[in-house]
Order: sequence, then C-alpha cells, then structure tokens
Amino acid sequence: MEERIKNVEEQIEIKQEAVIPPEKEGRKWSPKTIVDKFGALFGLIGLSIIMTILAPTFMTVDNLMNVARQASINALLSLGMLLPIITAGIDLSVGSILALSIVMGGLVTVTWGMSPIIGLIALLVIGALAGLINGLLLTKLRLPHPFISTLGTMNVYRGLALIITGASPIFGFPLLMNYVGQESISIVPVSFILVIVVAIIMHIFLNRTATGRYIYAIGGNKEAARLSGIPVDRVLIIVYTVSGFMAALGGLVLIGRTNSASPIAGLTYELDAIAAVIIGGASFFGGVGTVIGTLIGALIIAVLRNGLNLIGTSSDLQTVVIGVVIILAVFVDVLRRKGAKK
Amino acid sequence: MLLKMKDVSKSFSGVQVLHDINLEVEEGEVHVLLGENGAGKSTIIKILTGAYTKDTGQIKWENEILEVAEPKDAIDAGIATIYQELNLIPELSVMENIFLGHEQKKRSKFSLLNRSAMKKRAKELMKRLGQNTDPDELVQNLGVGQQQLVEIAKALSLNAKLIIMDEPTSSLSGNEVEQLLQTVERLRKQGMTFIYISHRLEEIKRIGDRITILRDGTKVKTVDVNNTSIDEMITLMVGRTLNNKFPKIEFKKGNEGLRVERLKLTPESQEINFTAYAGEILGFSGLVGAGRTELMRGIFAADSIESGDIYIFGEKKKIRQPKDAIKEGIAFITEDRKEEGLFLDQPLYFNKTIAKLEQVKKNGLISVKGQKNIADKYVESLKIRPNNINLLARHLSGGNQQKVVIAKWLFTQAKVFIFDEPTRGIDVGAKVEVYNLINELVKSGACVIIVSSELPEILGMCDRIIVMHEGALTGDFNRDEVDQEIIMKAATGG
Repeated sequence: MEERIKNVEEQIEIKQEAVIPPEKEGRKWSPKTIVDKFGALFGLIGLSIIMTILAPTFMTVDNLMNVARQASINALLSLGMLLPIITAGIDLSVGSILALSIVMGGLVTVTWGMSPIIGLIALLVIGALAGLINGLLLTKLRLPHPFISTLGTMNVYRGLALIITGASPIFGFPLLMNYVGQESISIVPVSFILVIVVAIIMHIFLNRTATGRYIYAIGGNKEAARLSGIPVDRVLIIVYTVSGFMAALGGLVLIGRTNSASPIAGLTYELDAIAAVIIGGASFFGGVGTVIGTLIGALIIAVLRNGLNLIGTSSDLQTVVIGVVIILAVFVDVLRRKGAKK
Repeated sequence: MLLKMKDVSKSFSGVQVLHDINLEVEEGEVHVLLGENGAGKSTIIKILTGAYTKDTGQIKWENEILEVAEPKDAIDAGIATIYQELNLIPELSVMENIFLGHEQKKRSKFSLLNRSAMKKRAKELMKRLGQNTDPDELVQNLGVGQQQLVEIAKALSLNAKLIIMDEPTSSLSGNEVEQLLQTVERLRKQGMTFIYISHRLEEIKRIGDRITILRDGTKVKTVDVNNTSIDEMITLMVGRTLNNKFPKIEFKKGNEGLRVERLKLTPESQEINFTAYAGEILGFSGLVGAGRTELMRGIFAADSIESGDIYIFGEKKKIRQPKDAIKEGIAFITEDRKEEGLFLDQPLYFNKTIAKLEQVKKNGLISVKGQKNIADKYVESLKIRPNNINLLARHLSGGNQQKVVIAKWLFTQAKVFIFDEPTRGIDVGAKVEVYNLINELVKSGACVIIVSSELPEILGMCDRIIVMHEGALTGDFNRDEVDQEIIMKAATGG
C-alpha cells in the first residue's frame, strides 16, 4: 500500500513538472512577460510613430506638451475610475461629479466672492462627498451593482449642478483656481505634473498599502476576501470616494482650461475614463489593472485625438476610431489570456 | 442487455481512477451504484454522459458499440442524466424547461413555436409522473421535489431509455423523497431503466433491483438487492484497511480550545453545544446537507447566526464578522477553495499574506519583499510545488492550492483551525501531505476541526467524532469506540 502511494506521489511530481515549467528568476523577462507588462506601451509608441509619419508637426515639443495637457483631465478621471474597475465595479457618475464640484467651486469663489482657497477645498470636498455617497449607496443599501447606484447619482449630481447654476455657466474664476489648468512650469503643463504626482501616489496606494491590496482582493474574489477578514464594505466606500475626489481634481483642471464652470461640463467623460482603463489592460471582471497601464490608456486616447486633428480628420470620425481602438485593445487582451491559459 | 461497459479505465494526470470497470444494466431495472466518495461512481457517470472520455474499454448500448464523445451523443442515444444540481432555468415555465433545446415548431425549423402542442405534451408527461402541474407555472415557484420531476419529464420528452440519477434525494425533504421514490417505481413499471446513485441504504433497499459496489475505482461485485442486507452492503462498500493513507499521530489532549454553547443558526434550528480541545482533531461527520458546513460558517460568522456563545481558549468572544473570527485566532479553510479561498489571478505571495498584511509592513507601507520572504518560507515548509511564489494560484494543482490556503491561515497565527472537506478533489499523495500538515498544527498546540463526508478520513485522522443529522448533533464518539456502521447509523438519524 505504502509503495503504491509513493509511486502515485512520484507520478504526480513528475506530471506537475511537465505541465507547468518552473519559472525561474532568470526567465522573468521572457517575451511573454514583456508583452504582458508593456503591451499598451507598445501600442502607444506604435501609434506615435504612425502619427509622426502622417503629421510632421506631431512630434514637436510644443505639440507633445499639448497632448499632455489634453490628456490630463481624462488621465485624472481614469486613475479614479481604475479603482472601481479593479473591484469589478464601475463609476458612471464621474462626469456629473466633475460638473457638480466645479459649479460649487464657482459658487463659492465667484458668486459668493470667498477666498479661492475655500473654493478649492469646497470643490475637492464636494467631489469626495459625492463619491462617498456612491459608496454608501452600494454598500449600505446593498444595491446589486454599482452600475445602478452610479447611474442614479449620475443623474442626481448633474441635476443638482444645473439647479445650483440655473443652467448657466459661471465665468471669471480667481487666479489660484485657474492655475493648475492654465499654467506651465517651464514648458510642462502644471496639470500634467499633477497627473504624474497623483499617479505616483496612486501606484503606491494600490501596491503598498493594505487597502490597496484589498482592492485587488475584492475584485479577484469577493467572497474569499470577506472570509479572509477584509472589511469589504469599508474598502468599497474608499474606492468610490477616491473616484469622486479624482473627478473633482479633473474638474479643477477644466476650470483653468476654460476659465469657467459649466453645469453641462464633463458629459460622457466617464466613457473616456472607462476606455482608458480598459485600454490600459484592466479587466471588467475585476482583480486586474495598473496605474501605468491606465496612464498609457489615457495617453493613447489623447494621441489619437490630437493626431487625427493634425491630420484634419473630423471629430465624428475620431469617435469611430477611438471605438475601434477600444475593441482592438480588449480583443488583444482576450487573445493574450487565451495564450496564457494554454 | 441495455447497457454494457466492458473493461473501462480512466486516469487523470497519471493517477488511475477507474480500473477495468465492467457494468451490465438490464432493461427495466433500477441499477444502483454504491461506494464511498472517490470510489469512482461519478467518473463512470461522466463517461456515460460524455463529460469525460474513457481511456480504454468499450461501451455497448443495445448491443451496439456506442462512442460518447460529447453530451449530445449520450442524449441522442437515449441516456438522460439528472444531476444533484438541477439544470433548470427558474425564470422559465415548466413547459419551456421541458422542451428547452428541442422545442416543437409549427412547421419547419424556422417557423414559430407550437406552444399548444408543447403545453399538451408537457401536461401528459407530468401526468405520467402522477403530477397535475400547470405547464405555464414558473419553475422558480415549484419546490425542489417538483423541480426534479420536471427534470424527469424533460428526460421523458427526449425519449430517454435510461435515466441516470446522481444522489437525487440528497436535497429533498421527507415527503419529497417519498414522491420521488414513487415516481421511480411507477416509471420502472412502465419499463424505464435507471442507474441510481445514493448513499441512503434504506432507499436503495426499497427501489433497487441490483447493486454494483465500487471501491477505489474498482468494481467489488454486483449483487441482488433482495439477497443483500444493509450490513453486507456497508461491509462490501468500506471493506479496506486504512493504514498509511492516514498518518495519524496521537498527541496529548490539552485545554479547551473552542467551545460552542447554545448556538442556533436560525430561530427554528436546534441548539448546538460542543467543545473542541487543543491537541486533538475533532471530526464532524454526516450526510451531505446535515448542516455541518452551515454550523462552521456560523461559528466563523461567514453567515449570521440567531444566537449562541463562542469561547476561544476559555474566553467568551464576540464574533460578528469573519474579521472578528480571524482576530480571535480562528481559521476557516472552506470547502470550495476556488470560490471562497483563493485569489486565482494573484501570485502565491499575495494569496498567502492577504489576511494579515499588517505583518509585512515596513515604514507604514507593505513590503513586497517581505511578502515574498514569508511566501518563500511557506513554500519551503509546506512543500508547495512548483516552488515559485510568483506563480498565479490558478496554475497550481488542487493539492497545492489547498496548501496555499492553509499557508494563508498559518500566517494569521490562528489557534483554531476549521477544515471543511480538506482533501476534496485532491489526489492521494497530496492528501497525505495535507494530513501531515494537520498533524503539525495539532503538535503545535492548535485545536483542529475537520468536517468531512469521507468516513475513512474521519476515522483515520480524528480523535473524536461528532455526527450531525438534519442540523442536530446525533452522536459524539471517541475514535476507539466507533466504526463506519455506527457513524452511518447516527448520520441517518437511526
């Protein structure tokens, strides 16, 4: 009997070796892992090369800084959107949160004439608060999916922004409120510096804090997360609060770029943000997604828009191209996963 | 002869699970497959229904060779299967479920559905089963017993000649069981043939004609039900020596580890009291659905309980959610490691440290290096193969996945370990390694509870055995005072 068990054991060992080749440290940079890690980056580089060939003015410092500026708002929203998507959720309300937070900022500084510092705080707090409400609706009311809760608040927040302003935009922000969206340090737009700083913080948050790791755990397997003692509800509330806060930050950039706060600002921004996250390699099924991928996703969209503009393509056609890119990006991801399974 | 399996064998990853099985099923009989979990019953069924393909051997159906490459081949031949988990769409009506996939059309393939004809036929089929079910009733409005009859009606509508039933009564209440047994008897009188799998011996005695007994993937023998007593069935089923497969080590029984007092899962359920001690392995035995998993989930607060007190090493503790349970030193290794234990798309080091991340913090941030160091340590000590902590949990074998889950809980420094079906679905060699790990835990002074449906596992590894039946404790035995028959008796409420 013992003999037999031993034999079986040996067989099992051999079999496993055969099925899964032990990946040693030295093989860390195999072609497959490089594509895995930097697939989206190759997409961005390839796209940039094509744009350079088609539009000679694309690869100039001025234009690249322009791309960086144009990418900023979506990049901020995308970095926020990344969190709900990693948890296998979604936040449809970010465009509306952006609008609500900037009109609040306008109300405080322009209409009431208060200090721009207070305006700034009001703007950011409103964004975080709106996100917090999303999180509470999802976890405390036990709404079945964040698609529903944020679809609801998307309408509520937009409506509130319209009511507050009487549906007309607020103009004439004080200098400090315009700074981030308008100014550059040397040649680099301040908004892009903000994106980089936020991205670094977000990267550390997701990878090096317990809450960050819990976000991946919840997206990977919610039940296992709960049974591992992870405070699932609290983490989800944080996720949506951060997403709302990031939308408000995006709004701050928009104020500077337009020197105004319109209650209809940010319409469909949530869709661009979702696109950037997905192009960046995150999965709708949760558990997967990176900051660097998301940034690249946002840049790919910006490069596409900018390049197609330079070439002289109509904005209608741009929309078609971006749609195709989203589908292609996800399709490539599907192929890759299939390959990994074999 | 309706069905004849000749010398059918099957292995998985080099481990043979079926050895030259010969099975003959006569037309019009209820042929019972009997054996412990892992004896090979399900594998036989899956080969017959096309879920697995056999390695060697031959299947003859109505005296002609039948190749079952996919489920459709079996269905076309007239073999219908009713699984423990019913395959019905709750939101659709009885009629729609019966004809799902083979709907009747008005004229050609592309014309509209012939609803009136299907309705009439559905009514007839349910009548044949002695039921007056409205064909338009939604399946979700029916009880489990009725739903099962809808499955049988579906089999009849497919002109099945053989109906395979895999533990059909395990999820039914008393009346529903009676109804099902009557239905089987009625159909058999009409000439239907059954392959019937059940652990409930009384039931087998009542409706079975012949029994084929399996053990360790080998056929023991086929006997007539009338000439075989229940005791004989049990002996034939379990008759094997348990040495070496269970590396049991005796330790000195220590202090009280986990005490459960007056625990009620629901307002209606019975109060449960028991104590588990450090240095011992306490086994929970019982039939599927006896309430063992529910009890453990209640203790761990994975599900909420009605009332009751829990004491950990003598101290009363408030446990409202899994987080509290973990804080108090309880580890819960769930039955379904893929659904409830693992993060399949995360590397091993993530899986091992996620339940206690504060332990790997450095300057307030989580150290990936720290995580990896700890993971390395467990890979080493638990012999996890392949020994690569960057591998995704998905890519490990079942046994190694189980070790990863155990490592996760070892890292939380738990003192009370609850294992729910610790060796389900893992192979013989890996089982022994899991048992060795459990021994190590007990040696280190932990209190270990094992819930298992495999009697040999319970008898082979546990010092004390509590038996459950329908949500209540029906026996508490020391290992030296029980055998399988005594446990079986307590587990069936006898």
